[in-house]
Amino acid sequence: MNIFVLMKRTFDTEEKIIIENGRIDEEGAEFIVNPYDEYALEEAIVLKEAHGGEITVVTVGEEEAEKELRTALAMGADKAVLLNMEDMDEAIDHYTIGEVLTAYFKDQEADIILGGNVAVDDGAGQVASRLAEGLQMNQVTTITKLDIEGTKVTIERDVEGDVEIVETSLPLLVTCQQGLNDPRYPSLPGIMKAKKKPLETIDFDDLDLDEEEIAAKTTTTDRFLPPEKGAGKILEGSTESQAQQLVELLKSEAKVI
Amino acid sequence: MNFELTEEQKMVAALARDFATEVIAPRAEEVDVQAAFPVETFLEMGKLGLMGIPFPEDYGGSGGDTISYTLAVEEIGKACGSTGLSYAAAVSLGAAPIYYYGTEQQKQDYLIPLAKGETLGAFGLTEPNAGSDAGGTRTTAVLENGEYRINGEKCWITNAQYARTIIVTAVTGKDERGRNIISAIIVPPDADGFTISSPYNKMGVRGSNTCELILDDVRVPAGNLLGDPAKGFKQFLHTLDGGRISIAALAVGIARGAFEKALQYSHERRQFGTEISSFQAIQFKLADMAMEIELAQNMVRKAAWLKDHNKPFTKEAAYAKLFASEMASRTCNQSLQIHGGYGYMREYGIERMLRDTKLMEIGEGTSEIQRLVIARQLGC
Repeated sequence: MNIFVLMKRTFDTEEKIIIENGRIDEEGAEFIVNPYDEYALEEAIVLKEAHGGEITVVTVGEEEAEKELRTALAMGADKAVLLNMEDMDEAIDHYTIGEVLTAYFKDQEADIILGGNVAVDDGAGQVASRLAEGLQMNQVTTITKLDIEGTKVTIERDVEGDVEIVETSLPLLVTCQQGLNDPRYPSLPGIMKAKKKPLETIDFDDLDLDEEEIAAKTTTTDRFLPPEKGAGKILEGSTESQAQQLVELLKSEAKVI
Repeated sequence: MNFELTEEQKMVAALARDFATEVIAPRAEEVDVQAAFPVETFLEMGKLGLMGIPFPEDYGGSGGDTISYTLAVEEIGKACGSTGLSYAAAVSLGAAPIYYYGTEQQKQDYLIPLAKGETLGAFGLTEPNAGSDAGGTRTTAVLENGEYRINGEKCWITNAQYARTIIVTAVTGKDERGRNIISAIIVPPDADGFTISSPYNKMGVRGSNTCELILDDVRVPAGNLLGDPAKGFKQFLHTLDGGRISIAALAVGIARGAFEKALQYSHERRQFGTEISSFQAIQFKLADMAMEIELAQNMVRKAAWLKDHNKPFTKEAAYAKLFASEMASRTCNQSLQIHGGYGYMREYGIERMLRDTKLMEIGEGTSEIQRLVIARQLGC
């Protein structure tokens, strides 16, 4: 089975994020493999263990993303591909990434492509779906269970807390939701072997793409942190008067009723 | 010069950190209170390859270096001193001598299960009357009909009840100058006449398995001799040099844990209308703690680097062990002080760190012995 995993390098949202002049200060930020992509990678390893084959992990980014690709190789991917955007002069958004991936995958024979449900940085959940559209491939998002027999695929997906069961067939693109599996730790021998596994860098302009055509369709006008949480208010008096005050405040101050 | 860790080293540290945070730290209090050796943790560590970091893949290891190993010790020790000590002893004292001095057959038989984490290793050197004064060893091994007959007593031996392989030092004869020849011999724990018990009630690292070994006419094949029969003494000095780097790393780990808690607490605790972190009295403590941790960590890395590059590291390992262990006691003590009354309470985990780290000044050569080692290296 020819298995592909889409991976994004994101900053660690558990770390303190500093925004200056509408830009995230990357100097102080820790970077990680997007946690949802770890579900995708784990599922890929499970598929390989069951059906054999090869796992290629693909990312669109710059040279720094090699670190996260190596982590994916240490977890069990066989090959890594970096679609390098360093020479891109135009702005990049999800449309751009979708186009670059589509161009790359047109030359691949993927049986299954797995991605994360969303990335924890912008939470857009756009790229994988754009890729499936670009390739005219079946796609099922937010999956929590995956069974493959031959080319028949049975999937459970998370629908706002309910479960939907979908039957489809390979080739297929899925996006992985929490609950699908527990991503493994990269093993120590895996870490040592990762260095020797192939990591290929392809510049986006080697994919016959026109810079202006794939330029961002959106512009980011500002970035800001959510307002700081104010101090809480403790109501006093009898239970009855507290309830009255609360209703009053919900009406006048919070304006939610 | 390059102070940067390699990608592999960073990944090993990240793996150890994740595992320590998610698996080891939540068990730390119970391990301490119950004085319960965390067997399950070690089985999981074996599966991840942590038990075999500095050994080649051919012997079941992970093919990492000493620096990677110290990074793992640090992260594990930061989460739980007991687990960290058992880990450091298993790798540096239990498995390393077999890797360095074992025959090919001994490596196949004994090192592979140790490096894979299927069992733990133990190193029986200390005796009731001989610790760092190894020349005072009273345990004897007499060669008779192709077998060693071993008699003696060992104390404070880490991991022995969970070990399939115990290395025991014993006097096997006298050299031409009349001094004891000390050899190292591999003894299986189920040998007749071999009694292993854990009779100690310790101040700290309570979850590590500390044992008394009694050898009463224990017979093992002559082939169980480890390394050069006449150089047993030199061998275990080298083994201890390596072990000291790991104890130093463990001390750094414990100190980091105590420091992080102190820094966090100093931002949470308010007195006189402000965070206590705004008081210079607290700031100076935190500044000293952070600086000393960094200095100790650098010394540990340098000693490990020297070992990885096959350069002499005896003196640097002693520097690292001495400074890191005394630093960690100071740091844990100051962390407790910053926590005030809360630090004295068990639930905050600081008093445990202080109890745990005290051992770092004692085990694998006391601070006094480290000063002696350093002075000898200086030519005194």
